[in-house]
Order: sequence, then structure tokens, then C-alpha cells
Amino acid sequence: MIHIRDLQFGYGSSNFQLTVPVLAVSSGEKLAVIGPSGSGKTTLLNLIAGILKPQKGSVHVGEKQVDALSDDGRRDFRITNIGFVFQNFELLDYLNVLDNILHPYRITRALKLNAAARTRAVDLAAQMGIGDKLKRKADDLSQGEKQRAAICRALLPKPKLILADEATGNLDPENKMRILELLFDSVTEHGATLVAVTHDHELLPRFDRVIDFRDFRLSQAA
Amino acid sequence: MDSLYVAWRYLSFNWLRTATLIGCVSIILALPLALNFLLDVGERQLTARAQATPLVVGAKGSALDLTLNALYFGEQVPELISMAEDEAIARSGLALPIPVYVRFHAREFPIVGTTLDYFELRGLSIASGRTLGVLGECVLGATVAERLGLAPGDSLLSSPESVFDLAGVYPLKMKVVGVLAPTHGPDDLAVFVDVKTAWVIQGLGHGHEDLASIEDESVVLERRDGNVMANAKLLKYNEITPANLDSFHFHGDPALYPLTGVIVAPNDERAGTILRGRYLQEESRQQIVRPDEVIGGLLQSIFRIKDMLDAAMATVGAATVLALILVFALSLRLREREMTTMFKLGCSRATMARFVAAEIMIIGAFTAVLCAAVLALVNAYGVDLVRALILQQGG
Repeated sequence: MIHIRDLQFGYGSSNFQLTVPVLAVSSGEKLAVIGPSGSGKTTLLNLIAGILKPQKGSVHVGEKQVDALSDDGRRDFRITNIGFVFQNFELLDYLNVLDNILHPYRITRALKLNAAARTRAVDLAAQMGIGDKLKRKADDLSQGEKQRAAICRALLPKPKLILADEATGNLDPENKMRILELLFDSVTEHGATLVAVTHDHELLPRFDRVIDFRDFRLSQAA
Repeated sequence: MDSLYVAWRYLSFNWLRTATLIGCVSIILALPLALNFLLDVGERQLTARAQATPLVVGAKGSALDLTLNALYFGEQVPELISMAEDEAIARSGLALPIPVYVRFHAREFPIVGTTLDYFELRGLSIASGRTLGVLGECVLGATVAERLGLAPGDSLLSSPESVFDLAGVYPLKMKVVGVLAPTHGPDDLAVFVDVKTAWVIQGLGHGHEDLASIEDESVVLERRDGNVMANAKLLKYNEITPANLDSFHFHGDPALYPLTGVIVAPNDERAGTILRGRYLQEESRQQIVRPDEVIGGLLQSIFRIKDMLDAAMATVGAATVLALILVFALSLRLREREMTTMFKLGCSRATMARFVAAEIMIIGAFTAVLCAAVLALVNAYGVDLVRALILQQGG
């Protein structure tokens, strides 16, 4: 699903340098990325998603070489193939839950907002246990409910790849497990691949594989 | 459509900020537009009426007060002249004099004491009822009739000059006999009476019980040489009816009765020049003015002030545009996180720009509606506003 080779990336204004000689993630695999803050975990997600372009090397997602696409091409590819789940949910406070879930359809022409998409959004919300909160503003939801809405938003376009950037970082332990459970179930059900940045070592056994950024060595989950 | 939908959601969520912004922009835009509109209406009204009024004679003093009172029934009452002036002009055979006495009010509307010649000069036509016939009758301007809900057959009380002045002017109950067709000018806002009725309102003429046949002796103060003097118990009429009309009479010399001015319609240009020459003598206690010259001077002053206002408005407008740009720039910075999220989700800069443009468009649309509403109001009440802002203040 993901194939990275000889990747090098640095921010012009700092000494930070991310080097990934090789990284391959299979289709349907659930990969955890751990490591200290500032080690480049989020940067890796952004490179996979095509938000950032590497200075050297290549990033393939499926059949596409993401780094070779134009800006518009990377955006269209991202919105149709990749679902992003953020630590702070990043829901828009002025939209209700349903509009937040449907938002990717309103920001690109690559996705068509039709009755089928609306029905699917409602079904997804029901599966996530927030079916009765679709008309509420995002700010009126609990933390757990917000993350469920964010997961719905990420899953709605049926992406092949889900990138989760500390998706459970702002949740209490009970919600953390439940959300992770829902995320795993949804990813499995949709046959998607999951790459999740996390600091929670107790969650690692749930993943198929873990990458530790401290020495960038690949390790198998216990 | 999606851009408009998202923009509308954002603006309605932040409704207070949005309403404040729309309000501010509307004021900045509507104010100069309304002012220009009002000045245009005012200029047209003032000029047209001034050009349709050849000359006005009045007491020496402010030519502007005299003109505004005689032409637009302005609040400021000029020094009074006497009816003798009207009669002198008539005797000269050079012009048709039309007496004007604008001093009293019925509710908030001016009572214009004049003659039927005034209606002819202004080309006023009766929309319902008839024109003035006998003492105590009035004809209403179209707006007066509409606002007060009066029609021929109804009555209208003149307002006392001061409710605390017991010796002052008492109200006269006037009979409405006609309503004028709308003219979209000051005549719509006036109550027309015969000049003699205006004098009755002032108390120069009155009607009361017939003292010769009075039976109640407690009313009589003194009888001497066939004359009877009565005390305050004598019943005075505050309404002129067919039954008491004959009892109304005037005291003193009618030639000395007051007027605020005389509108003069010269027979021809030469007659007008001769008349003007007569009033140029220094010992004359009256003046003759050409309303178009007086109003031209007033408009020049107004437009000088308007030019300054325009400059001030332009400066404020430019500052406001800069402030708005700053507001939008700061708003975008405040929304940086939202923008980043959208970008990460796959939103292009062009789409983000479309959202912001849609927000500006919605704000612009509401502003345009609000400005249009303000201008519609100004249009609907333009005549009244001009009267309130220019004539009453100017007078």
C-alpha cells in the first residue's frame, strides 16, 4: 500500500532532517508509529499524505507516486484516497456534526455530494454511536463524540488509507480504548490501511507492526 | 453553492460579529448615499419652488427666513408686515399680490392663511371636497389628510401657541372642506385657510353672544351711549358655524392686520423691475426678494458644506476599507487552524478563497439590502426629511 524509498526531508529553517531509507506498509496493515516529540512522526504522515514533498526519494501510495504529482493532483489524491484523523479532532465549530462529516465533499470537486453520500454519512454516524447528534454543533459534543465524528469524516470517502495523528491523545483512558476499537473495526470493515502516530504504549499490542522513531528500527508488535 | 452554504454557516454561527460588520459597512455606505439623495431632492424641491415664485415682499431682515416661510412654510416666523402692503401692491396695478400668513399650527402642520389666488399660482387641485368658501374652513394638503386620517366633513383644531399662556391664542375648530391632490412638495404638509381665518385664530376677529339681546345681566359690565361692555363670562365661539357666522367680526383697521409675507406675481418683467425698484429705497421698511436668488445662495452654502462632508466621508470611507481589510486579514489569521485542517483534508487555496469570497459576497448582499432599505426610507420620507433637515433648521 505504502512504499517509501531513500526519503529525505528537512525544514529549511531548522536542522531537522528525516531520513527513511525504506518503509513498506501492506494493504490492510495497522501500523503504529512511536517516538519522542520532534522525531518526525507527523512529518512522515504529511509526506505520505502529500502535504509535504520530500527533497529526495519517493513515496508511493497504491499505484501512485505521490511526490511526483502536481499540487492539485496531490490534493485530489489525498481527499479521495486518504482519511486524516487528528489529535484535536479539527472539527469546524460553525458546522453541525453532519456537515462536518460531509465537509470533505464540500471542499473538492473530486467528490460528489449526493444523496448516497448523505445516507452513508448518516449510517456511519449511527455505527459510531452519534446518530442522534447529527444536528448538534461540534462544540456541543463530548471529546469522545468529537473524535467519532472526526473518524466518520475520515472514513466517509471510503479511503484506502487512514492516517491518524495521535487520534486518541486527547481522550480519557476509557474513551481511548473505545475509539481505537471503533477505528480498528471501521478500518477492518472498509479494508483500509491504518498508519497511526501514538504515544500510548499500552495500545501498541493492538497494531500489526510498530515503527520506533528513536532509532527508526522496525519492530514486530508483541 | 457549497461555498455559499459553508460561508453562510460560518457567518450565522458568528452572527454578532457578522451583524456588527454589516451594520458598520452599511452605515459607511448608506450615509453619504442618503445625504446625496436628500440633497438632490432638497435641491430639486427648493429650486423648482423658488423658480415658480417670482417675488416675495416682507419685512426687512433675513431674506432667507422670509423666503423659507413664504415658500416652504418654515418654522422661523419673520418680522410681520401689514395687509396694507398687499393692498398697495394691488393698487399699483403692477402685480397680483397673494397674502401669506404662516404662524400657527394644527397638530404639527403649519396653517397657511392666504387667498384662492395661491391655489391658482401653485396649480393646486382639489382631490376631494371643495375649495375654501367661508370663514373657519380649511383645505388640507394630501400628506396632512393622510397622516391625520381626515377627510372633508371632519374637523381640525388649531394648536395653541403655548398651553401655559392663558391670554394667548385659543384653538379654533376648523371645518375640513377639501383635500388637495398630492404635489410632493411643501403644500402636501400644510393646512390652508383663508387669511381672515388665520386672523380669527390669532384673536383679531371673533364671534360671541349678541350683547344687544343678552338676557343674563351678570355678563354685562357697563352700558353707556348704546354700547355694552361684557365681562369674561361672555360666551365666545371657538368654532365657526352657519348659525354663528354672522356674529364673527373684526376689530381695528384691517389694513393693519399682520402677514408674514406677500407673494407677488408681476404682470410682466417690466412691472417686476419697477416693483423691485420701489423697495430699494432706504426708508422702506419692507424688502422684496427674488426667491431663486435667495435659494441659490442657500444651496451654495449647503453644497460648500456638502463638499466638506464628502471629503470627510471619503476619508472615513478609505479608512474603513483599510480597517475592513485588516479585519478580514486578522480574521484569516484567527482561522489559520481551520484553514490548515481544510488544507490537510485536501482543500485547495482557490477553494478557501472561494469560501472567503462567498462570505464577503453574503456580507455585501446584506449590506446592499440594508442600504437599499435606508435609501427607500429616505425616498419615502424625502420631502419630510428635507423639510426637517433643511427648512426647519435653515429657517
